[in-house]
Amino acid sequence: MKTIDLSVATTRDLNQALHAPAEALAAREWLVTHPGGKHNLAVGVNEALSITIDGHAGYYCAGMNQKADITVLGNVGVGVAENMMSGSVRVRGSASQAAGATAHGGLLVIEGDAGARCGISMKGVDIVVGGNIGHMSCFMGQAGRLVVCGDAGDALGDSLYETRIYVRGTVKSLGSDCIEKEMRPEHLAELAELLDQAGFDADPASFRRYGSARQLYNFKVDNASAY
Amino acid sequence: MSEKHPPVLRESATFDRLTIQEIQRAAETGIYDIRGGGTKRKVPHFDDLLLLGASMSRYPLEGYREKCGTDVVLGNRFAKKPIHLKIPVTIAGMSFGALSAQAKEALGRGASIAGTSTTTGDGGMTPEERGQSQHLVYQYLPSRYGMNPDDLRKADAIEIVLGQGAKPGGGGMLLGMKVTERVAGMRTLPVGVDQRSACRHPDWTGPDDLAIKIAELREITDWEKPIYVKIGASRPYYDVKLAVKAGADVIVLDGMQGGTAATQEVFIEHVGIPILSAIPQAVQALQEMDMHRKVQLIVSGGIRTGADVAKAMAMGADAVAIGTAALIALGDNHPRLDEELKKIGSAAGFYDDWQNGRDPAGITTQDPELSKRLDPVEGGRRLANYLRVLVLEAQTMARACGKSHLLNLDPEDLVALTVESAAMARVPLAGTRWVPGQGY
Repeated sequence: MKTIDLSVATTRDLNQALHAPAEALAAREWLVTHPGGKHNLAVGVNEALSITIDGHAGYYCAGMNQKADITVLGNVGVGVAENMMSGSVRVRGSASQAAGATAHGGLLVIEGDAGARCGISMKGVDIVVGGNIGHMSCFMGQAGRLVVCGDAGDALGDSLYETRIYVRGTVKSLGSDCIEKEMRPEHLAELAELLDQAGFDADPASFRRYGSARQLYNFKVDNASAY
Repeated sequence: MSEKHPPVLRESATFDRLTIQEIQRAAETGIYDIRGGGTKRKVPHFDDLLLLGASMSRYPLEGYREKCGTDVVLGNRFAKKPIHLKIPVTIAGMSFGALSAQAKEALGRGASIAGTSTTTGDGGMTPEERGQSQHLVYQYLPSRYGMNPDDLRKADAIEIVLGQGAKPGGGGMLLGMKVTERVAGMRTLPVGVDQRSACRHPDWTGPDDLAIKIAELREITDWEKPIYVKIGASRPYYDVKLAVKAGADVIVLDGMQGGTAATQEVFIEHVGIPILSAIPQAVQALQEMDMHRKVQLIVSGGIRTGADVAKAMAMGADAVAIGTAALIALGDNHPRLDEELKKIGSAAGFYDDWQNGRDPAGITTQDPELSKRLDPVEGGRRLANYLRVLVLEAQTMARACGKSHLLNLDPEDLVALTVESAAMARVPLAGTRWVPGQGY
């Protein structure tokens, strides 16, 4: 295991080391100590590394991750795993706003709560949140799945495209064009698989499913009040 | 009214025929008008400025014999690999989706022949465009359609788009008829939806966040790529200061004459300010921060001729960008298309329905049959020719002003024809020493 101590090394040192060509990356397991809430930790990783950040991280932790499995033993700031393509990111604590924003793939697990706009414009990522999520989550969600074991704030799934949303607790309000949908067997199955991947022991039958009514896909005058 | 005095039809200045027609159209359809292009109203522009050729007090350079440099380096503030262009005329961001793949390839070809850069748009980077572009700027937009780290690393520069001159404060749209299988696939959207692009970035708000976002993009790309920040001109003095403070290498400033693929007519015509009025504010901001010529300024919005290029650079720009003019060079609105354009309710010289995908030139369309009409090689050749003319014209004027490089043009080489343009451009009214707002 390779250890980088951020009380000595810089963010640049860390990311440069993680961006080394595959043949130069002797260590597949990395430990980052004393992160101290620094921004942009482990961004742009493009190798199948296992990275543990031992503490809190700031903005954009694991941004644009590809292939790596990154675990944060603390809380994270805005935009954790933003635009992730593949691999996984697990946050043992809670996440600030825009967790998993625009992410195309991979799995983002937040064991605590997530703030506003969780999964905003998500494009294929799977996000599983152990606690609650804030308002305007999954705004313009395009693809992927968002699972919330707790409650969701206002305007969930506003202007939603094709993301599927599962919530176990209450939803304060649904955004424009987001509706509750029937939970069919295939949805229970995919939800069970997601919960299993995330390591959460929850009964899929206790969740409700939400998705797009697809009424705003093409502009119609009659829908003007929804915009 | 007697027969000796036939009625004189008087058109209302307030309710003119265009206004009446628009009210009638709105009443019938219940939806605002959407079109492409930039503002059509007349606003103060580079035509309202004149260059002061040398005579006794200034020493002109010999045309065609004495050198007048045109190269420009962009992004040398922080980036390890700044862009060195042969000419200071770049191709502005235009998306695959708004434009056909052939058009994007032609833009790349033309720009590369001329030694300049081209720019992606909303929807990501196509292989055709990357393959044919020697210098490719990758736009980072609020929608993040098609955004991925592999393409980020392939880019020569990254342009964070905060706004666009045609619609500062507005998001984008691509109507369903242009959201084909390929376009939808690149954007992760259902085929045929009226695609909306957000007006704000999803994961940052304000200049402090932007600084962190810029740092993230630098970290991902190992500090190699220049980071541009594109602003739609509305409050450029403050926006430029904030963008520079946030760490931008290059500012791209787009005035209201800048084109769009699809935006509400009312937005295009009524939001934002002319580029003439925006440049001095941006230059002032850079100068006050001691960043003029250190953070480069690219301006766009209505650049048509070498005179426009020279005047923009004399006002303090390091380079310009063209969009609409580049499409015209490729063949947009060509007279040979007049009959076809009339069949779809327009005419050569007037066509602006770039949003509906029926462009007979094969440029603003995703229709495979129409797209095939544009030969990317021929289109690239035409664009390169046009770029050469722009540069030759600008050099001619710079030499006449005694300048051995286009970057040596300065505001003292300019006067204004109108009080309005003098006030906006902050140069004297021709024949006077009067700059409105700055005393005599």
